[in-house]
Amino acid sequence: MKKLLIAMMTTAAALSMAVTAEAADKLKACWVYVGPIGDFGYSYQHDQGRLHAEKELGDKIETAYLENVSEGPDADRAFERLAREGCKIIFGTSFGFMDPMVKVAKKFPDIKFEHATGYKTSENLGVYNARFYEGRYVMGQIAAKMSKTGVAGYIVSFPIPEVVMGIDAFMLGAQSVNPDFKLKIVWVNSWFDPGKEADAAKALFDQGADIITQHTDSTAALQVAEERGLKGFGQSSDMIKFAPNAQLTSNTDNWGPYYVERLKAVLDGTWKTDNVWLGIKDGAVELSPFTNMPDDVKAMAEATKKKIADGWNPFTGPVFKQDGSQWLKDGEVADDGTLLGLNFYVKGVDDKLPQ
Amino acid sequence: MRLELVKRPQRSALFSALSPFIAFALTLIAGAILFALLGIDPVSAFYTYFISPISEVWQLHELAIKAAPLILIAVGLSVCYRANIWNIGAEGQFTLGAIVGSMVPVLYPELEGPIVLPLMLLMGMIGGGLYAAIPAYLKARFNTNEILTSLMLVYVSQLFLDWLVRGPWRDPQGHGFPQTVQFNDSAILPELMPASGRANWGFVFALVAAVVVWIMMSRMLKGFEVRVLGSSPRAGRFAGFGLNRMIFFAFILSGALAGLAGISVVSGEINQLKPVISPGYGFAAIIVAFLGRLNPLGIVAAGLVLALTYLGGEAAQTALGVSDKVARVFQGMLLFFVLGCDTLIHYRIRLVGLRAKAPAPDPATAGKLGEAH
Repeated sequence: MKKLLIAMMTTAAALSMAVTAEAADKLKACWVYVGPIGDFGYSYQHDQGRLHAEKELGDKIETAYLENVSEGPDADRAFERLAREGCKIIFGTSFGFMDPMVKVAKKFPDIKFEHATGYKTSENLGVYNARFYEGRYVMGQIAAKMSKTGVAGYIVSFPIPEVVMGIDAFMLGAQSVNPDFKLKIVWVNSWFDPGKEADAAKALFDQGADIITQHTDSTAALQVAEERGLKGFGQSSDMIKFAPNAQLTSNTDNWGPYYVERLKAVLDGTWKTDNVWLGIKDGAVELSPFTNMPDDVKAMAEATKKKIADGWNPFTGPVFKQDGSQWLKDGEVADDGTLLGLNFYVKGVDDKLPQ
Repeated sequence: MRLELVKRPQRSALFSALSPFIAFALTLIAGAILFALLGIDPVSAFYTYFISPISEVWQLHELAIKAAPLILIAVGLSVCYRANIWNIGAEGQFTLGAIVGSMVPVLYPELEGPIVLPLMLLMGMIGGGLYAAIPAYLKARFNTNEILTSLMLVYVSQLFLDWLVRGPWRDPQGHGFPQTVQFNDSAILPELMPASGRANWGFVFALVAAVVVWIMMSRMLKGFEVRVLGSSPRAGRFAGFGLNRMIFFAFILSGALAGLAGISVVSGEINQLKPVISPGYGFAAIIVAFLGRLNPLGIVAAGLVLALTYLGGEAAQTALGVSDKVARVFQGMLLFFVLGCDTLIHYRIRLVGLRAKAPAPDPATAGKLGEAH
């Protein structure tokens, strides 16, 4: 039995070597997505980045991807598979892929890994992220201008710093327009669950919110807003098709330029591990066209966007924590380290952060 | 016009043996049509799907990793289902096993040595077993429907895990992210052959469990008791077998095996607790149990086949660029044909015309799909 097994394994190994030997000398770049690319949100947008890279770099690269990879034990295998199938650089696009990527990166030192939204780096594992909070600040301002009830609803996935940062930035933006603005929050404990997201949107509207925003990946909440004749914001990609009368703007991720830059670096041999956090300034965070709002609101949003692009940080003091204590003094700017580990709300958020 | 499933007086031994192959052939035909419609060469699709995952040593390891929890859980479930006890909550017992087993490395991270791992595995089994005892108690004491209680406890366990890793068990060094500390080396299930791939001892546990349960079911009085109580509780009572004792036995056994699967996955693969630790193993194992015809050795084969379709689906994504949805449709077709063929061994289809009103079917021989197990 054991002999048979060994014989089988060696034949199999020989076969597989014959197959890999004929692989072309194109750079193979691979992606692992947490959701389906048809989510029209986060994973879709990463895939758009992949397609953009394919278009830009043409026949110098070939790409492959795995979608809908669960953040549990399957993630290890996904990265292992891509590493074994000849990928030279692998992008993992969800926070939960962090430790699997650390493990696999250690095992394949010649392959380059790039992890979105994590914090662990090594020789061949870089980290990239986008300052989504910049767009959310602008969205908060718009919400405060547009809301009649002075209440917005916010659908969120998991209480990680990334998400808390978005809530705080939205709230600060809203308060800059209307200091009494209220924010109601529903946790759905999923990145992609259209059913739950729609239910959450309905519940928030029923509780008096008239504007909805979300840190989840589907178009469901915005579609509920459309049905009810209310307003909302898109997430990750421009969702105007799904809510032509409801979407005010969408906080869009534009990964294409970064992917092209990194692939070029691999091609010319200058790739080094990095830890970048790109924003509106770099074109990685884009706000899709401001629609369904009067011109003065549009002008205000444009002005804020420009201010941020010019280097102003929405987390500039004075800012108070939810418990009333002061976080940032007058003119003090939050440093990136604090933001990346953010685990508290700013003043005025009507929710208890799950601890 | 309507269709009726009528129980065959006796099943054909020939077709029982041939059924998996017929099902496989039907899957290939339907799959070829599917792939051809998508503009993909069916031959290369089948190669990618069924051959490529077993053509490389590392992939055999991955196959073992993926199959191990499926087999381990399904073997336990087969005892339940033979006894006509419907434990649907293996996913929850898996989760609780992982949580209880992880108490050691999470709460005592500095504890090292050879005692750690056996202790974790034992605690994992206890955790899963005790969690399964809840629906068992409710059924034995209050005659509650165990399908509902065991299923609902899945959600309870998942939310409990979620709360733990965001709250009391969160890694204080983890920048506020929802995960526990990484297990230390003595809390990690060793790999079998680290030189060639990642497969760990979980697969060995699965094989041992399958053999032990097979011996119990076919050679020991306990197995006889399970089968008698399952097919005829009345006859079982006359034989002096206690139904309530059997409810506890079946639930705790399957819960303990699911718990062992849970702690094996967490210890061997994830090395820490996170909000998501299972891609639905506890539910997929239900399919595996029936695919293996509730026979522990058949379950080993069924677990490997189902694991193969997962790996094949991924290979098809990267090699052919087909969507993961197509891979799942194909997996669904395979299961549909296998279970469909098995059903037709036990039942035949009768067309009942509207005009010629057939005499009411004899309740003793007419069956419905739901009773086809």
